[in-house]
Order: sequence, then C-alpha cells, then structure tokens
Amino acid sequence: MNLNQVALLPGYCAAGTALLAFLVDLLVPARRAAVAAATALGTLATAVAAVAVGRGPVRRTFCSVGCSYVADHRAALVAVVFALLTLVVVALSVPSQSQGEYYFLLGCSMTGGVVLGYTRDLISLTVAVETLTLPLYPLVAFRRRSVASAEGAVTFFVVSVVSTTVTLLGAALLYASTGALHFTRLAAALGHGPRPPMVTTGAVLVIAGLAFKVAAVPMHAWAPAAYDGAPVPVAAYLSTASKLGGVIAILYVAVDALGPALPIVGPALAVVATLTMIVGNLGALRQARMVRLLAWSSIAQAGYILAPLGALALARGRTAQGVSGAVAATLGYAVFYVILEIGAFGAVVALRGGRDGGRITDYAGAARRAPWVTGVFVLSMIGLAGLPPGLAGLFAKVVVVRALLSGGAAWLAIVVAINSVVGLAYYVRAIGALFAGNGEPDSRIKIGWPVAAALGGVALVAVVVGFAPQLVIDAVA
Amino acid sequence: MTAGQALLVATLAFPALGAAGAAILPARADRAGRLVAVSGAALALVASVLLYGWRPAAPAGPARPGEIRPWHELNLRWASGLDLRFHIGVDGISYPLVVLTALLTLICGIYTLWTVPAVEVVSQEAQPRSTPPPCTRGRLLAALLLAIEVGIVGVFLSLDLVLFFVFFEVVLLPMYAVIAVWGGPARRHAARKFVLYTLSGSVLLLVGVFLVVTRAGTGDLVALSAAHGAGLSEGLQLAAFVLLALAFAVKSPLWPLHSWLPDAHTEAPTVGSVILAGVLLKMGTYGLLRIAVGVLPDAARRVAPVLGVLAVAAILVGGLVCLAQTELKRLIAYSSVGHMGFVLLGIATLNATGVQAALIGNIAHGIVTGLLFFLAGAIKDRAHTGELAQLGGLRDRMPRLAGLLGYAAIASLGLPGLAGFWGEAFAVIAALRHGGPLWTVLAVAAALGGALAAAYFLRLLRRVSHGPVGPAFAGGCPPLSAGELVSWAPLVLLTLAVGLIPALVLGLAHDPVMALVAR
Repeated sequence: MNLNQVALLPGYCAAGTALLAFLVDLLVPARRAAVAAATALGTLATAVAAVAVGRGPVRRTFCSVGCSYVADHRAALVAVVFALLTLVVVALSVPSQSQGEYYFLLGCSMTGGVVLGYTRDLISLTVAVETLTLPLYPLVAFRRRSVASAEGAVTFFVVSVVSTTVTLLGAALLYASTGALHFTRLAAALGHGPRPPMVTTGAVLVIAGLAFKVAAVPMHAWAPAAYDGAPVPVAAYLSTASKLGGVIAILYVAVDALGPALPIVGPALAVVATLTMIVGNLGALRQARMVRLLAWSSIAQAGYILAPLGALALARGRTAQGVSGAVAATLGYAVFYVILEIGAFGAVVALRGGRDGGRITDYAGAARRAPWVTGVFVLSMIGLAGLPPGLAGLFAKVVVVRALLSGGAAWLAIVVAINSVVGLAYYVRAIGALFAGNGEPDSRIKIGWPVAAALGGVALVAVVVGFAPQLVIDAVA
Repeated sequence: MTAGQALLVATLAFPALGAAGAAILPARADRAGRLVAVSGAALALVASVLLYGWRPAAPAGPARPGEIRPWHELNLRWASGLDLRFHIGVDGISYPLVVLTALLTLICGIYTLWTVPAVEVVSQEAQPRSTPPPCTRGRLLAALLLAIEVGIVGVFLSLDLVLFFVFFEVVLLPMYAVIAVWGGPARRHAARKFVLYTLSGSVLLLVGVFLVVTRAGTGDLVALSAAHGAGLSEGLQLAAFVLLALAFAVKSPLWPLHSWLPDAHTEAPTVGSVILAGVLLKMGTYGLLRIAVGVLPDAARRVAPVLGVLAVAAILVGGLVCLAQTELKRLIAYSSVGHMGFVLLGIATLNATGVQAALIGNIAHGIVTGLLFFLAGAIKDRAHTGELAQLGGLRDRMPRLAGLLGYAAIASLGLPGLAGFWGEAFAVIAALRHGGPLWTVLAVAAALGGALAAAYFLRLLRRVSHGPVGPAFAGGCPPLSAGELVSWAPLVLLTLAVGLIPALVLGLAHDPVMALVAR
C-alpha cells in the first residue's frame, strides 16, 4: 500500500509527543518541569504540522474501496484545536502534576483526538475515539488517595465501555446490512434502495454510543462525578478536548456516513439536543460545588452544540446548503465553547492551585485576591451564558440560533433561547460568589507563570474571536 | 471618514474609553478614575450635540413610506457570516434619545463625583479599623454607567438589526452589577429578577431578529424599512412581530410584563434608577417603533389593538397601584409603568400624532422621572427610609427640596407648560383620532388614568412635603450639596424648556415620523 507520509505527519507528531514525554521522564527523572516542557513542545509541533499539512492540497491515504484517512481543511482545524487545548491543559497541570505518566497519558489521548479528525471510516473512527478515551480513565483517577477521584474514574470507565460496545454494535449492524464501513460508501449504499430496519437500529446505536463522549442526555450522568473527582486540569480536558472529540465523531457519522439516513438521525439528534440542554441547565441550578456546576453547564452546552444538527430533522434543513450550514454552526459553536470553557477551568486552576474545585462559597474574596484571574473567569462564564462582554459567547449563541432559523427549526431556536436564560441564573450565582467578602485578610493568590501564560493566552483568544467572530466562522466553513 | 461619521464613532468611543480608563485605574486613584469617567461622558455629550450641528441639509422631496434618511451614516463590514455589519446612523427619531442618554449619563457621572452609595461588604468592612474605610469603588460605578451608555447609545444608533441586538445585550450585565453591588438591602434578589426577566425578553429579540434576517437575507434596517414589509409573508411578519413586541414589552415595560421594574427601581442606587427610568426603558419603546413597526408594518397594524388595550391597562394598573403604594421609590417606579403606557398607546395608534406623542413622551419621561428619582434618592439619603408613613413635613425641614419635588411631581402628572403634558395629552388625542369604538374607549380610559396620576402625585406631596414633620426627619437633615444642585439643574431647566417648546423634540422628528406611519 502506498502511504502518503505527509498526510500522516500530524498524527506522527502527536504520537511522538507521548513518546517524548515517556522518554524524558525515563532519562531525566530529576527535572520535574522537563517532561511538561517536552509535552508542550510536542503539542506545538503537532499544531504546526497540522497547519502545514492543512494548507496544502487534500491528501488521502489508506485507500482501498474508499479512503480511511483524509487530510483536509476540517481535519486540520480539529487537529490544531486538539493540540492547542492539550497545550493549555499541560500548562495548567504544571503546578499540581509532576509524574511523567500523567503527561504521557495526556499525549496519548491527544493522539486519538488529532487522528480522529482525519478518519473516514467507522472502525478507524472508533479506534481514534478509544485512543482519546482510554488514557483518560487513569487520568481521572490521578488524584491519589481520593475516594471521589476513584469513584469518578470507575463511573467513567463503566459508562464508557458500555457506550463503546453500543457504538461497535451499531457499526456492525450497519456493516451487516450495507457491507460498507467507509463513510463515502456507507452514504452511497444508504442513498438508494429500501432501508432495512437494521440500518435504522445501527444508525441510532452508533449515535447513542457517541453521545456518551459529549455527555449528552441520557449518557450524561458520568460527567459531574468524573469531572469533580478528576484533577481540575483533567476535568478541563474532559469538558473541552474530549467533548470536542465526541462532537466531531457525531458530525462525521451523522452527516458524512449516514447523510441519506438523516430523516432517522435528525429527529433523534433534535430530541437529544433538547433534552441535553434542559437537563444540563436544571441540574446546574442546584450545584454547590464549582466543578460540578461547570460539569452540568457543559452538559447544557453540549445541547447547544448539537442543536444545529437538530434542524436536520426537518426536510427544509436537509438541503445541501442547510446541511453545510448546520455543520458549520455546530463546529463554530464548539470552537467558541472550548475557548470559553478552558478559560473558566483555567481560572479555577489558578484560583485553587493544586486543590480540587471546592465549593462555590470557597471562592469568596477571589475578586480582591486575584483580580485579573477573576476577570478571565467572569469573561468566560458570561461568555458561556452568551452575553456581552463575553462577545465570543454572544456570537456563538447567534451562530446557533441563526442556523436553526435558516433551517426552519424556529421551535428549537426558542428552546435554545429560553435555556440560555436558565443558564444565566447559575452563571450569575457563581460569578457573584467571586465578589462576596469572606473576612479573610486580603492576600494576593500566587500564580505560577505557566498557568498565568496559558490563562492570558486563552483570554486573549477569547477577546479576539469576540471582536472578530468571522475568524472562527471562516475557519469552520 | 466624514466629520459626521467621526462624530458617530466618537459618541460611542468616548464612553467606552472613559469606562475602560476608569476601570483600569487602581483603587487608590479612585477620584481620578471618576474624573476620567466624567470627562468621557462629557466628551460623548459634546460629540452627540455636534451631530446636530454637522447635519446635512434635508434631502428634497418627501420620504417614501418607511424610508430612513440618516443625517450621518457609517457602514462597515464586521462579520458577514452572521449578517452583522457595523452600520450606525442618526436621524430625527433617534437623535433626541441619543442626546438624552449622553446628558443623563454625564449628570449621573457628576453625581458620583460627590456621592457614591456605600457598598456593604459582609464582615470585610466590619473589622475594626483605625479610620473609616475610604470609598474605593466609585470609579467602578462610574465605569459601569459609561458601559451602559455605550449599549444604550448603540441601540439608538444601530441601523443593522443584528448590531441592534448586540447593543441591546450590552446593557444587561452592567446594569445588573450596578443594582447588585450598590443597591439597597434586597439588591441581590432585585438584580437577579431584573437580569433574568430582561434576558428572557432579549433572547426573544434574538429569535425575532434572525427570523427576519434569515428570510429577508439582510439585516440592514434602512433597506428593510424601505421595503416596508415587502417580501416577508404575512405569517412570518406576525410571528416576528409578536417575538419582537414581547421582547420590547419586557424592556419598556408593558403591563403585564412589568413586575421586574418596581423591585429593580426600589433597590437600585439613585444613579441606577435614573439611568434605568431615564433611558434604559426607552430602548424598548424605541425598538418597538423603529424595528417592530418600521420593519413589519402590516403585522403592526394587526396587533395594534392588542398593544393599545395593554397600554391602557398599564396606565390604569400603574395609577391604581400608585394610589396604594407606601414606598417612595416604588411609587415613582409604578408611575413609570403608567407613563410608559401612554408612550405605548401613542405607538399603538400608528398615526403621526400618536407617534409624535410617543417620542416626546419618551423624552419627557426620561427628564422628569430622572429628576424624580434624584429627588427621591436625596430624600432617602437623608431620611434613611422611603416609607411614606415615616416621611412628612419636608416643606418645613428642607423647603428647597420640597419645592423641587413638587415641581417634578406636577411635571410628571402632566401639567400644561411642563414636559409631561404633551406626550400624554396627544396620546389620548391620537387614540380619539384613530376613531372606532375601541379606540374611543381606550382614549377615555387613558384620560381617566391621567387623572389618577394627578391623584397619586398629590397624595405623594401631601404625605412627604406637608403635614407634621415625620419621624424620619426628626434628627436634622444635611442641606442640599453643590453636587446635587449641579446635577439636577439641567433636568429642571429641560422640563420647562420641553414643556414650553415641544418643537425641540418634535421639529426634528416630523419628517421621519411621516415616513414611518405612511402606508
């Protein structure tokens, strides 16, 4: 088989990052920062490679009846976002994590995410998703001697294994009824002829299994326990990179592979998106712990991310233009979301140091003790609520509502709109806690430079895409 | 860029820069920060006044139905993927509101130079200190006021639907912060109610705006208004109008969506109340007129009777509640519900008289209620209560303050010769002119509502100014400060000026209003 090695370069870089972390840990065990620095370098190299490959022509490799690996513009975007998110998570992990294994596992997970964007068949996709997820089980459990951490990891593991099985079962059913695994061939096979019930079952099972990754209802219950048990940087990774992986997988399967079956998949996605928004927002209203609040809010956000795909439930939304608009809106919202979410988690890391997320009331006085970090936190939270001055979040909301109305799904647009009001109720509560007084003497919180740099970078990106949303819209188009 | 375009940008940029400058300064430079904010607001007022001086000669010939002819216009690309353009301009309908916003913000900024409400920080300030803690957050209050100004002026200047929505949202959180940080004892509850209530309005605005934009293929307000609803199906127009009208009804507020307003006003600090009543509510009435009626004229005609009935209900309910009200600021807040009812009644008639009445009613309410809230704040600062039962005898204790309160109250109840008269009288006349049994009944009921206003304001004066000295004034009162007098003087003068020369507002608006209501 003739391999296009250039197309594989980003994947090599990502895998190399993991290996590098492993080797540096082995060879220079005394230097705590060395392994983090090596991982950071690797993520940067991956991002650069993805951009370089993405600027060239579309490259395909692993081709037989169809191609399993296509390096196009969108794949490059996914790879870059994954690499940069991992970079931020590495920086956030520096104060609390010194074990080499931690960075090795992070690099492995990133490899899955980077490759995911390039995959074009169901088996490669599943393998990439698993590569993304497997290293996360131990990472969630990385808080030593913490029962919550172990509990979170076990919950995560069990739900994950079940959902992988479900995805594989669905893929098997699709293969059995069409004889195809490549997205293009699946779409062609589904495009004509009668659709046996097995296809319907297969399609729904694949989507349901992948819904676990984005923590969509009804596969959402693991998220709050896992996020709260995990070290905060890992929770940040779970709610951004890992969730993005799930969104990409669902997009590829629902639109590229099962495009002709959208009359089945579309309504299912609309229902999942609606339920996810509502359950996530209502769940977040009652939370007393910061990371749990962010976890529930990220469930609700998954609902907004999937909502544009819900427009595909309607015949009017399924024109070629409608589909590409919905895909662009989903990706666009996802990009805005990961920027704001990683900003919020980064602020939690900065304010809490190496400790867990703590209760919301523990954040009292943060505004006086760390005004700049509080500023980033507020900007991120308000952005997630979709309001100025978090312009990035405002435009993200606009992207979704606009796509839904173009697709004729006005009812879903109103559901999104009303949910964003519920969302503001708890974001405002969390923000209010930052400004409450706690009677402690004012002492500045000390923040290491890696965390500060990462947070500053994220805030800068959030402000820039807030004023120039067209950058994101062009990138995902 | 022409001078006019530069002035448009300056009207938005000066408050933004002032807000940023004031917020960045450290706590020890608090007073400098407030001065930076005030100078930002002053420059914005100068720029907004110059907008009038630099306006071009009116184009010849009558405007086509719905046509907007901005004096100055700036149209830049922002985010084409969202149908968003930075398209701003000013015409005779928006101009008085822009100047009023700039003026009230400056006045409030000057007011904060002297007086900043204390911030109660739980247990933080309670610790024993050798000296009382200096006020270190005044600059932040001033910065938030300027941020609110950016949003409100942006709303009035927007000639793009999506941009309008963005500016509409800008106002929300700064106002929340003003109420939640500097407000009264129940401020958190009031602030949350305000922000959630008005956000539910503005998300409907988002859906309504994009319903129009995705169907019409453009968000350009000039083009959409000139099209006068052409190309939009009847059902779509109606759906979009209902969404937009709901959004603006929450903001205005229109009965029965008003219940956030009394709480917000009662708890907000004085400057917050002034901005809230003076100009923030006007975003709702302006939006209803310019966006909902301007872009969707056919639907407006169909829904107008419903709006009219709700507006008159607001007038009557506002008046009756005021008669039974026992708290000073709450009473003024409910009187706002009634006054905004007159404005909405004027808009609902959809004739030139009614729309003119609505425009001048907007301005008059901004000036007079702004003044009333300043006076109520001054009384509460001295009496430490707003309960009418505790007040009384202000005329003996502080004759000048009592005189001003009486002046503002009779202006507000619509005495001819003062600003409040024109809007209310002509809203009633417009409803009569509209003809038909429904509108005649509405006109009569609105006139009765006007009489109610006289009743409750006279009751207010009797309770506060006259009678024996109330317990709240028993210990002496500090006299009026220079800051108070300086910030009130423009409002006092404008109340008289607009009352005597309504052409100050209406002269500019004549042509645009004719274009707006033409079929």
